[in-house]
Amino acid sequence: MRPTFSILCFTVLSGIGYGAWFLQGLAWAIGPICEAHSAASGVPWELCPVAFWTKAGSMLALLFVSTGLLCSLGHLGKPSRAWRALSQWRSSWLSREGVFALLTFVPFVLIAAQEVALWIAVVRAGPDGTVALSGWVSQGGLPRRLLGFCLAAGSLATVFCTANIYASLKPIRAWNDRHVVPAYLSIGLYGGCLLLAAMTVDRSMEFRDHRILLTGTIVLAVACAWLKHRYWRSIDAQSSTTTGHAIGLESLGTVRPLEAPHTEENYLTHEMGFVLARKHSTKLRRIALAAAFLIPALLAVLTFVLPRVYPLTVWLALASGIVGLFVERWLFFAEAKHAVMAFYGR
Amino acid sequence: MTTLPPPSPRKLGLVIDLDTCVGCHACAVACKEWNDGGQFGPLPDRDAYGAEPDGVWFNRVHSYAVEPGSDHAEGASNRCAGPDPESPAPKPGLTVHFPRSCLHCEAPGCVTVCPTGASYKRAEDGIVLVDEDKCIGCQLCAWACPYGAREISVRKGTMQKCTLCVDRIYNETLDEEDRQPACVKACPTRARHFGDLGDAESAVSRLVAERDGYALMPEFGYRPVNRYLPPRPRRDAANAPPAPPREETLDREKLPGVLRWLDRVLSR
Ligand code: SF4
Ligand code: SF4
Repeated sequence: MRPTFSILCFTVLSGIGYGAWFLQGLAWAIGPICEAHSAASGVPWELCPVAFWTKAGSMLALLFVSTGLLCSLGHLGKPSRAWRALSQWRSSWLSREGVFALLTFVPFVLIAAQEVALWIAVVRAGPDGTVALSGWVSQGGLPRRLLGFCLAAGSLATVFCTANIYASLKPIRAWNDRHVVPAYLSIGLYGGCLLLAAMTVDRSMEFRDHRILLTGTIVLAVACAWLKHRYWRSIDAQSSTTTGHAIGLESLGTVRPLEAPHTEENYLTHEMGFVLARKHSTKLRRIALAAAFLIPALLAVLTFVLPRVYPLTVWLALASGIVGLFVERWLFFAEAKHAVMAFYGR
Repeated sequence: MTTLPPPSPRKLGLVIDLDTCVGCHACAVACKEWNDGGQFGPLPDRDAYGAEPDGVWFNRVHSYAVEPGSDHAEGASNRCAGPDPESPAPKPGLTVHFPRSCLHCEAPGCVTVCPTGASYKRAEDGIVLVDEDKCIGCQLCAWACPYGAREISVRKGTMQKCTLCVDRIYNETLDEEDRQPACVKACPTRARHFGDLGDAESAVSRLVAERDGYALMPEFGYRPVNRYLPPRPRRDAANAPPAPPREETLDREKLPGVLRWLDRVLSR
C-alpha cells in the first residue's frame, strides 16, 4: 500500500495527541483519589498521576490532534463533504473514528472553560485575595473528574477505532493481523507519555515529579518494541495470494500474467502496487525501532541517572520518538500487500 | 445506509465464460463508452491524449498463461476439467483471458466500511452502487475490495465502479433485448451472461450448475454473486478424436464435361 503523507501525519500525530489526552484525562479522573490515598498512607504524593497536569501538555496535545485531523482531510477527494463521514457509525470504523474524534473535543473544551473560570476568579481576587474554589471548577471536584474520565474514554475509543479501520480490512493481510490493534493503542499511549514528559517542564518542580512519566516511557517503549517485533515476525510468516488462486484456476497449473489489462499505471497499481525492497525494509525496521523506542528509552534512563540533563533529554526523546514513529507508520503501509495485486502478478 | 439490506431473493449478476473469452477487450470498451455517457458518468481521463492516460474503467481484461505442471497446487479443488491427469501425453498450456469487474457481492466489505453512506447495496436486486453526491473520496472502499473493482476518479474526486448497467437493464426507452449490461451486449463470443443468480431456474443459474461455475476468492467471505465458468478440457493426443481419413474421393460422374476430360488426362 502506498504510504500517503496525509495519513501518516494523521495516524502518528493524532495518535500521540489522543494518547496524551488519555493520560491527562486519567490523571484528572483518578488523581484526587490517589492524592487522598497518599495523604492517608504516607506514599509520597509526587507518585500521584495528578502531577501530570500541565496546561502546556494538553495544549500541545490539542495541536497534535487538530493537525492530525486536518491532515486526514487532505486525503479526501472531496474534503468539503467530510461531515458526511459522521453518519455511518453503525457499520463503518472510519465513521466511528470521526464521531469519537470530535466527541472527545467536548470534555476538553469544557475543562478548558473550567480553567478559564478558575483563572478569572484568581485575577478578580487580586494578589492577596483568597479564592473560594467552587466544586464546579476545582481540579479535584466531581465535574472535573467526570470530564477527565470522558476525555480519557473518548481518546481511547478514537485510537481504538483508527486501529480497527486497518485491522478490519481483510484484503490487506498485514493489517488484518491480531497485533495491529494492541500496537496502535500502546504506541498512542507511548507517544502521549513522551509528549507529556516533554511538556511537564516546570522549573519550580524537581524532576522527580515526573518519575511516573519517565518510568512510563521506558516501560511502554519496551512493550511497543516487543509488539512491533512480534507484528513483523507475524507478517513475515504470511504467504501472499498467488495469481492462480486469485482467478480461481490454480488447479490447472501455474498461472502467470501474459498481458496486463492496461499499458499505463492505473489507480489500483499506483495505490496498492507500492513495493518496498526487502533489504530496505530490514534496515528501516531497525531505524524505526531505534528512533521510536530505543533512543527515547535510553534518554529516559539517562534522566534518572543524571537528573541535571533534564529537560533537554525529554525534548530530544519526543523529537526522536516522532521521527521514529513516522518511519514505523510508513513501514506499516509500505510493507502491506493488497490481495488485488495477485491479479497483476505483483 | 452502509449497513447491508436483508438478503434479497433476486441477485442480479454476470456469468463469465473463461472458455470462450478471447480477450478482445470489447466488453471493457463498450462499458467505458456507455458509462461515459450514462447516468453514472462521465468517466473522464487525466492526460487522455498524452503519454500516460489515466482514468476509471469499470472492467479490466487480464490475460494469463497457465502452465500445467508439477507445481499443481496441493489440495486445490480440481474444479474444472483440466487435462486428463491419467493421460501420458504432454499437457497443453493454456491462455486464459480474464475480465475483472465488480462481483456485486452479497456481503460486500466495500459497503460496510463506507463512512458516508455513499456506497450501498440495493435491497431489491443486490446491485452495489456509489452515490456520487455523497462520496467524500476517502478510498476506504477500494482498500476493502479484494477484487480491485473500485477506482477513484482523479478528475472528480469520487469513487466509481460497475453499476451492472442499472441505467440500461431497467431502461424502458431501450428495446427489450437491449436491456442488458453494455458489456454483455458487446461480447462477440457471447462469453458474458447476465441474469438473476438468486433464481435456481434462471438461464444463468443453469449455466453455472452445468459448467461448474465458481466464485472468486471465497475465503474473504464477501460472497460474490458473479460466477466464472472454467475453461473446458483441452484435447491432447490421447483424448483427441480419431483424425479423419486423408484420401479424398472424387465423383467423376458429377463433374462437368471439360473437367471430366481434364481429370482423365491428368490421371494418366
Ligand atoms: S467486487 Fe468489490 S466492489 Fe464489488 S461488491 Fe464485491 S467487494 Fe464491493
Ligand atoms: S470513497 Fe466514497 S464510496 Fe468509498 S468509502 Fe469513501 S465515501 Fe464511501
